[in-house]
Amino acid sequence: MISNSYFINVIRFALLVLVQVLVFNRLNFFGFINPMVYILFLYWYPIKQNRAAFIGLSFLLGLSIDFFSDTMAINAASTITIAYMRPAIMRFVFGVNYEFQSFKLGNATRVQQFTFLALLIVVHHMVFFTLEIFSFSNLILILKKVVSISAATLVLCLLFSSLFSVRKE
Amino acid sequence: MQQIINFILRYKNFILYIFLMIVSLGFTIQSHSYHQSRFFNSSSWVAGNIYETSFGITSYFNLDKENRDLVEENERLRLLLFNKKESIPSELDSTQLTYTITSGQIIKNSYALPRNYITINKGEKDSVKPDMGVITSKGILGIVENTSNNFATVQSILNENSNINAKLKNTDNFGSLTWDARTYNVVQLVDIPRLVPLVIGDTIVTGGMSSIFPENIPIGTIKKFDLNDSKSFWNIEVSLFNDMTNIKNVYIVSNADREEIIELQEETESND
Repeated sequence: MISNSYFINVIRFALLVLVQVLVFNRLNFFGFINPMVYILFLYWYPIKQNRAAFIGLSFLLGLSIDFFSDTMAINAASTITIAYMRPAIMRFVFGVNYEFQSFKLGNATRVQQFTFLALLIVVHHMVFFTLEIFSFSNLILILKKVVSISAATLVLCLLFSSLFSVRKE
Repeated sequence: MQQIINFILRYKNFILYIFLMIVSLGFTIQSHSYHQSRFFNSSSWVAGNIYETSFGITSYFNLDKENRDLVEENERLRLLLFNKKESIPSELDSTQLTYTITSGQIIKNSYALPRNYITINKGEKDSVKPDMGVITSKGILGIVENTSNNFATVQSILNENSNINAKLKNTDNFGSLTWDARTYNVVQLVDIPRLVPLVIGDTIVTGGMSSIFPENIPIGTIKKFDLNDSKSFWNIEVSLFNDMTNIKNVYIVSNADREEIIELQEETESND
């Protein structure tokens, strides 16, 4: 069972990197909207796993995206931020429930799943675009990008997550 | 001691997070101040080959348009050639050439970020080196920044760090070309003095001050202009000739005199 979950995660990692780099980084909807679907990896990642390994894996994921898109380590920085904050976000969204052994993402209500995903995306994009633009004189530009690209990412992630629904692990 | 170890064990996730954050911020800030990293860029073997494979699949879709562009360019060059007064030696002596041209193709393009880099399928094997100019049939594209054996990354003119010498066509009033990271078809030309008369629609070309691009490579036309804060220089918005979203074939220009020019300039500066 354990090896199976490892296998799924490795495949997921590779596929998300490729899909992000080869498809979504080229979308350029309205000239600037490139949704970041690779965040789904953090959404799908099993909850009962070693946290340090999770942060390390997220760093690798972000860095491999950076590697392809020549963005230095901005993706890595924002991905480890949400990886680190994930337990806090989950506690906020699902209450203390999620700490029980029996908790599964698939059992949570639709609204909870949506809020969880939306929070991950918004935090990620805030860190990402602040670092990318790196000047507070462009605050409006940062906000514009965060809002529009978060919306696009959210829509695509919801589509993807309903397409490949989390199996009851 | 026990307590310190306990402390570390307790906060190991936080420490790991802070450590990785510092590492990534380090890489990022380094790129803000100067250049893209020498190690993490898409001219590497893995990224280059994945992009090359994907380019091999998608390259067929635009062949029609690319052919048309190349024929148009040939037409223009023929026109120049036939109407030239003095005769052109039929054999070019390659040892005497200042500029040599290598053709290449874009395998990864980006224009939505504040610092855009383009990856092309020519590298050190084709004697492409950092700081060579890259142009298309319509105008300039950028400057080579990193190279690997088979690939090179190009700092696009759509990059906040980009700074290229440019001038008004048929005059010698030069300024520098920068980008404010807002729209992908408009760049900014600054440092043209107020005394220079401007008209909307004037053509902007590369200047002769840089040893990277030959003089008079087209860039774009003036879209609008106004005075800067100090009221002594123009801020000019230039709309580009190149459609930066849709390019494939590029030419890499190398200047044989560049090393000599740089050496001389450094020598002069160190004498001051």
